[in-house]
Amino acid sequence: MSVPFVLFFVCGALAVTGAVLVIAAREPIHSALALVLVMVALAVLYLLLGAPFIAAVQIIVYAGAIMVLFVFVIMLLNAGVEERTDFSAIAKYIGLPLGFVLIFWAAHWLWRSQAAAAIGTSASIPAASSHDLSVELFRQYLFPFEATSILILIAILGALVLARKEQ
Amino acid sequence: MEFISQHSVLVASIIKIAVLLLIVMTALAYLSWAERKIIAHIQSRWGPYYVGTHGLLQPLADGLKFLFKEDLTPPGADRLAYMLAPFLAFSFAVTAIALIPFGPPSVRFPFLSDQQAFSVADVGIGLLVVFAITSLGVYGVVLAGWSSNSKYPLLGGLRSSAQMVSYEVSLTMSVVGVVLLAGTLNFNEIILSQQGHWFHFLPRWHVFPQIVGFLCYLIAAIAETNRVPFDLPEGETELVGGFHTEYSSFKFAMFFMAEYGNMITVSCLATILFFGGWLSPFPDRWTWQLYLPGALLVLLGFYCAYDTVTAMRGIARIQLAVVTLLCLGVGILCLLPPVAAVIQGPFWIVTKILLFLFFYIWLRGTLPRFRYDQLMSFGWKLLLPVSLANLLVTAGWLVWGWVGQG
Repeated sequence: MSVPFVLFFVCGALAVTGAVLVIAAREPIHSALALVLVMVALAVLYLLLGAPFIAAVQIIVYAGAIMVLFVFVIMLLNAGVEERTDFSAIAKYIGLPLGFVLIFWAAHWLWRSQAAAAIGTSASIPAASSHDLSVELFRQYLFPFEATSILILIAILGALVLARKEQ
Repeated sequence: MEFISQHSVLVASIIKIAVLLLIVMTALAYLSWAERKIIAHIQSRWGPYYVGTHGLLQPLADGLKFLFKEDLTPPGADRLAYMLAPFLAFSFAVTAIALIPFGPPSVRFPFLSDQQAFSVADVGIGLLVVFAITSLGVYGVVLAGWSSNSKYPLLGGLRSSAQMVSYEVSLTMSVVGVVLLAGTLNFNEIILSQQGHWFHFLPRWHVFPQIVGFLCYLIAAIAETNRVPFDLPEGETELVGGFHTEYSSFKFAMFFMAEYGNMITVSCLATILFFGGWLSPFPDRWTWQLYLPGALLVLLGFYCAYDTVTAMRGIARIQLAVVTLLCLGVGILCLLPPVAAVIQGPFWIVTKILLFLFFYIWLRGTLPRFRYDQLMSFGWKLLLPVSLANLLVTAGWLVWGWVGQG
């Protein structure tokens, strides 16, 4: 039982618990906090996969910026406690079984693949340096990278146009 | 012994964390003393004077007072968030300091020669990790404001989080210039990239080529830590006390310590990124600098001795005599060549950090507060464009190679 091995299961459990809490919590702020927990646990998982840069960026961007804005908006609107509604019939009789089938199918597929064998054996994956990452990003994957940037720029402009007051 | 050599990382880390935590907690306590004392002298007052000589035991008394006060929770407060907020604020503020190298990586642990002595975690992407940890500190403020179920904390929390999120962008942008010049995100490598001198006397610190970046960083860092002149979240005249109005007892103290912890973190970053971290400002050929820390301590000891004899009476005289003996003893210890060689790095980085902290407190004694709309327009319309322009100029400089090699 190596440290990364234990850490993987702890953070995996935290991420799943957080994800369930996001849906189950009745206070919107508690949901948002649970989502932050998911983000941080995912960052640790990235770290275990040898991607420290992605882990840090995950925390800075998602937990530190985006979720803060979520919490901010919830506070500003002073969103009240959610009302419980009954399961709809579709969710109860089709959604739930389908969800379980999907989970078992994914677990079965993972179990039979190479990944399962790797979990137990590899102590830790060597960390990729930010230099290696940037070389990959700005040489081989330059076009998708720039395309994404332009997409985000367009989204920012769109938000500005929508937020502008009516003349 | 077998166990220790096998688990050297674990053993060394636990020792380093314990020592660092002890030092940081003491520093946080005495920072409050220094702040009150310095501001008092700026305003022609004495400041804390009666608890211990020159009020030196005041932090201890304050800590005890906080511990024994009643811990109130306002009715209708969200209990989970109300409890969580001060812990989040404090722990994130203190955790970031673990990434800071307080001395050269070549100084090793005694008995554990594969472990660095002066940084708890020397991570390849240290700068990013520090930003990641400090960016989570906003949650303490936001949750405190929201969970108190009271209108002033809510307004204070909203203001504070808006301010922190806005200025965090400029803060991050202003240091990218340094990262480009150093070509790395690792703190020790950033410091080593500032080694040497221009014209044989001017240290090659990044503050000289990156002066615009440094000014942007300084302003953004002050705003990020919610200090004067950007301390709108706590504007007493409009918001009572800001996001921590409803907090009492030790939870309030934790917010207080978190603020000081954040001040220490941004001062450490400023020192490392712009002022050469643990490097000495003097050229290596000036060998007398080796004895500077010890000599300064001995001088302080002599001053305390003079003060003991001339100014103090009764119990205060005994207390100051103890301080005198401490200063002289540690000072003479630091004059021994092997000790002097080891403490060079920590001495310089701590001196620079203390100068920054003094600057913070000086500002608080001098400047009035911004208005909220001024703060926002300043942050977004001036600071961010300037730091972006600085980034562009630096990048262009590096790409087209107008950089002078000497």
